[in-house]
Amino acid sequence: MIFTLAFRNLFHDRVRLMVTLVGILFSIVLVAVQLGLYLGASRMITANIDHADAELWIMPFGAKSFEDGGLLMGARERHQALATPGVERVTPIVVRFSEWRKPAGGSTRVVVIGSDAEEGALLPLNLETGSWDDIKAPSAIAVDKTYLKDLGVEAIGDTAQINAGRVKITALTSGVRSFTQSPYVYMPLARGRQLVGAAGSDLATFQLVKLYPGADVEKVRNDLLNRLEGAEVLTTAEFRQRSLRQWLFRTGAGVALIGGALLGILVGTVIVAQTLYSSTKDHINEFATLRALGSSSGYIHKVILTQAGLSAVFGYVLGMLLALLVVLASQSTPLPIVMTPSLAAGLFSVTLFMCAISAISAIVKVTKIDPATVFSR
Amino acid sequence: MTHEAVLSAKDIVKELGQGAGKVMALKGVDLKLVPGELTLLMGPSGSGKTTLLSILGCILQPTSGELVVDGQSTDGLDPEELAALRREHIGFIFQSYNLFPTLSALENVRIALDVRGQKGYEAAKRSEEVLRQVGLGHRLRNFPGNLSGGEQQRVAVARAIVSSPSIVLADEPTAALDGENGNAVMELLARIAHEQQRSVLAVTHDPRTLPYADRVVRIEDGLIVGEERRPEGLDAPEITDLTKRRKAHA
Ligand SMILES: Nc1ncnc2c1ncn2[C@@H]1O[C@H](COP(=O)(O)OP(=O)(O)O)[C@@H](O)[C@H]1O
Ligand SMILES: [Mg+2]
Repeated sequence: MIFTLAFRNLFHDRVRLMVTLVGILFSIVLVAVQLGLYLGASRMITANIDHADAELWIMPFGAKSFEDGGLLMGARERHQALATPGVERVTPIVVRFSEWRKPAGGSTRVVVIGSDAEEGALLPLNLETGSWDDIKAPSAIAVDKTYLKDLGVEAIGDTAQINAGRVKITALTSGVRSFTQSPYVYMPLARGRQLVGAAGSDLATFQLVKLYPGADVEKVRNDLLNRLEGAEVLTTAEFRQRSLRQWLFRTGAGVALIGGALLGILVGTVIVAQTLYSSTKDHINEFATLRALGSSSGYIHKVILTQAGLSAVFGYVLGMLLALLVVLASQSTPLPIVMTPSLAAGLFSVTLFMCAISAISAIVKVTKIDPATVFSR
Repeated sequence: MTHEAVLSAKDIVKELGQGAGKVMALKGVDLKLVPGELTLLMGPSGSGKTTLLSILGCILQPTSGELVVDGQSTDGLDPEELAALRREHIGFIFQSYNLFPTLSALENVRIALDVRGQKGYEAAKRSEEVLRQVGLGHRLRNFPGNLSGGEQQRVAVARAIVSSPSIVLADEPTAALDGENGNAVMELLARIAHEQQRSVLAVTHDPRTLPYADRVVRIEDGLIVGEERRPEGLDAPEITDLTKRRKAHA
């Protein structure tokens, strides 16, 4: 009967129900978009780090992110690292912002990633057309197909220039976008060095360290730190965190996204609290009657909480449908929104939580009911 | 009657309002209710009838005096404990029915069992049975808005008795009804008292209800000023009827 009463109370006033649902829907879509953008941005920022086959990253002291590592590591660091017990492999990679000159004139910034995939370093993410062998041809590079237009080219086989060197697109990745909006350009290490002005040198931005199975990551890290001067050694997880902090928080983007999500929750809570309170006020005589009939206050609270829960479920279903449409529509934009099962589940918890919080004022209201009012009507 | 009182009020005083608006609504009331009797509480408007009913029904706590329900004193009970006492012993009928507009007749009765933790098929069956007893077997799925006043009050009667309380309290149950419907409700209350051995107390100032009473208590200005008991053997038709029924069930 609690469910029946809650359900009927909810549907008794359709206008109020609409307001409630729109409130929840608005709030879910806002929170989903903000958190989905946050998630999407995080994935973009850490995609290359996540795909590298390494447990530890050696980098110049103070490197802020994947894109911001400088070009300061050399063969010395590599050999010292290789001599450390527990280390199986050390692979240098080059990552540099560079100037891309479009064939028809004009230029844009790209991120050159020089990496020898066969050394087990960093494979171009998600190769869709072409293979690593295609990239090993002279001047060959891989870029993401969604950036072709921005780069002023059209298809595989097109050529352009990076800094002073000629490059030819021989492979395409799919969905590898860059948070900085400077496209990633993948190529072999030597070619990368050449393009960023370190031709023939042994310079690198990072040394990727792969450990033997069972090696103690912390111990190896300490050994490495003792051997290397002026370098930092981060685990993959730490480097991800640092890159995220740099791009999401130093720039304020993440704060804006999370702030937006909190605002969505706040607005939703206020709207639901408002409608639930006015519904409770409208039905206050019935609650007083229930109380006179001997119901415990717990019973009445359950009616209100069920009303809140039902609003949450209906609002969530509608909100999620709309949010999924927005997610779908965002897939071809520079910053696609990500929706995962755990984000969906998290949103449901947020909705339930929001509605439970909203029920507080209504519950306080019924707690003050004087059952004696049942006689004075 | 030698029945033990199921409800007894002793020296009940009740102050209502505060400051300058403070009113002594009850000034020392003694009253006992025994099973099998329909008692009418009569008195002018403002004499304290509703206040007394609220106290007898464990809805209000008296300012002083003692109320004992089925052997348990209400002294010092908190609102939750009072609610539990109401659940266990008391059924209410209100002047304006107080039905739930969004629930059907059957659901309105069932909810009285639901708050007592009785759910499921048994509760539904029991509610239907009681609605048949009050003559509403054909109205189970109707909503209050589609029922006449008399029918609504009979749903309320069913709701009050569905949990078999020992005490049924009614505040002006016929005031909103025409003569015929009022009589039907009074007839029901008398049957509930006599056939089911409950204590029924009805507040009223409607003289048409008098023929159904076993006992009439008069209240004025917060004090009981008189009490009459119907002598056996009166030959008014309703009373003869009641007497017959009572004897048949004794
Ligand atoms: N909440 C209240 N505050 C102050 N005075 C009240 C309140 N309720 C009732 N009264 C007063 O108490 C007296 C008894 O009221 P009540 O029991 O409702 O009388 P009756 O039901 O016999 O008409 C009346 O004088 C009334 O004005
Ligand atoms: Mg009254």
